[in-house]
Amino acid sequence: MSKQEELRLQTDVLVIGGGPAGAWAAISAAQEGASVILVDKGYCGTSGATAPSGNGVWYVKPDPEEREKAMQSREGMGGFLADREWMKRVLDQTYDNVNRLALWGYPFPVDEFGSSYRKSLQGPEYMKLMRKQVKKHGVRILDHHPALELLADSHGVAGARGINRSTSKPWRIEAAAVIIATGGCAFLSKALGTNVLTGDGYLMAAEAGADLSGMEFSTAYSLAPAFSSITKSAFYSFATFYYEDGTVIEGAGSQRGRSVIARTLLTQPVYARLDKADELLQRAMRLAQPNFFLAFDRLGINPFTDRFPVTLRYEGTVRGTGGIRIMNEHCATKVPGLFAAGDAATRELICGGFTGGGSHNAAWAMSSGWFAGRGAARHARTLGALGSRRNARALSESTGIPARAFDQPGLPDTSEIIRAVQDEVFPLDRNWFRRESTLRSSLNQLHRLWHQLKNGLQARDGNVVRVREAAAMTATARWMYVSGLARTETRGMHRRDDFPAQDPAQHYRLLTGGLDQIWAAPDPTSFKQFANLKEESVQ
Amino acid sequence: MIELISPTRCIRCNQCVSVCPTGVFEAAPDGPPVIARHEDCQTCFMCELYCPADALYVAPQAEEHAIVDEDRLAEEGLLGSYRKNVGWGRGRKSTAAKDEMHIVFRYMNH
Repeated sequence: MSKQEELRLQTDVLVIGGGPAGAWAAISAAQEGASVILVDKGYCGTSGATAPSGNGVWYVKPDPEEREKAMQSREGMGGFLADREWMKRVLDQTYDNVNRLALWGYPFPVDEFGSSYRKSLQGPEYMKLMRKQVKKHGVRILDHHPALELLADSHGVAGARGINRSTSKPWRIEAAAVIIATGGCAFLSKALGTNVLTGDGYLMAAEAGADLSGMEFSTAYSLAPAFSSITKSAFYSFATFYYEDGTVIEGAGSQRGRSVIARTLLTQPVYARLDKADELLQRAMRLAQPNFFLAFDRLGINPFTDRFPVTLRYEGTVRGTGGIRIMNEHCATKVPGLFAAGDAATRELICGGFTGGGSHNAAWAMSSGWFAGRGAARHARTLGALGSRRNARALSESTGIPARAFDQPGLPDTSEIIRAVQDEVFPLDRNWFRRESTLRSSLNQLHRLWHQLKNGLQARDGNVVRVREAAAMTATARWMYVSGLARTETRGMHRRDDFPAQDPAQHYRLLTGGLDQIWAAPDPTSFKQFANLKEESVQ
Repeated sequence: MIELISPTRCIRCNQCVSVCPTGVFEAAPDGPPVIARHEDCQTCFMCELYCPADALYVAPQAEEHAIVDEDRLAEEGLLGSYRKNVGWGRGRKSTAAKDEMHIVFRYMNH
């Protein structure tokens, strides 16, 4: 592979990832006057969790009362770890960007009061429009060009290298600043649109020395028909849940009652029927989320009258809130030249420890993308003409984490490592319900897998990108569980069976990082921030 | 997962090869693209949306192979049904303009 001719490019700003965060970042950097290249592992326009889904947006009119209500709504559920200044900034930017979408021609519907309704975006339409706008802003898009690792020198991050999936040709892009917008990590669970989201950006950032934050808030599972990929928990607020024999499961629900469903699923199947939806609502649901009904229609199931089996499909940090730690209002990481946006970055700043699923993540993607794009462009400007010509080195050379496949019998295959990691993170009795003993046993296994993969992996299916994905998922699971072990309380979505209460003494955000040795420690800035806040007792 | 590329409908534009986020399809020199990595399909239905010829069918089963019959799918109006539902394609209007999520939210906040 290394013998093949390499594609070499230079740019001010390189954006890795072409979901909403990457697309907004590219546009914002271009508007600041930077030259921009966007690489996507798949296709900018269809990649990621947003494109195939219906997306609520945290779009709130700049009315002081409405804004106050919006900020309060998740503060308690999030374990009081969010930051009001960030919420204000994100609400402002989201409002601007959604209105920009309207100017660009997104066909917002008109609500019953005759006004343009802007709290919902249809993924396919939204991302098709974003691709068009990214191109219009002069950004060069490279589809099917997964990044494998970052380049860096003593001044910080200086680009990335990767591979062209269709030709297997390597690429190397030197850049004055890099934005990681690779999404969260759902461990190839097939939750809708998430199989490109394997934590690659976390690994790349950690190799460069960035910290992560809130990785214990990674317990997101979404309701879905057992046979299907269509994860849309919100619609199950109109469902009743049943045992196999047709009796109602008491206490089961799509929100707080999801733990009852999880507990039931440990021993037996769970069925749902959307029997609380009247005709008007049924129609509205169909128009709001056409793909939700696709699965049912094609199998001849009427979800409003028939009971169908449901499961909880793991969504990891995609609808959790943990991710790369953000240091300032430009979404800069700790590493010079490296920025993070969207689900790749921690969303604790606006949702604390409770799921960013739905409207918050969508708002965060467009705002943090915008901030990171601007920050990266300015960083490039301060570096000047030589910023993207630095002869930097690929980081896996020093970390020793494989960035290519080894054709050596005896080495494990990527598929074996991935399955073994999934066995530690998918089971509800390990990840939804956490306790010290299971976290420790999972960590033992995950650390063992880490040392194994560091000796090299085979990619028997010919997919060399899986080597980095396997490493990224193993690392992500370790950051999750080391953080989960360190937080000896229940807060936000992090549930400890052995510590079921929220502990006022742990009212801080938790940082984690490291590659061979994983550490977790309270974020000292969050200590200071929350010190004069009296913790209210929750629920 | 993706179960059908209709050889009679396919116009060989290779859009599906381009847009599939997980690289399931592969272009073929003299024929329609092939499903080269079936197990990598994440059942996101995006290929169907972008297929201008309604030549693709993604079965809703995310984990298991589904046996499909093209004539029957066509008869039942399932080829291209998703594209029709979202209003993509010549002479259609995007149904995003008819999104009634505001009504769903109103019910949820009851």
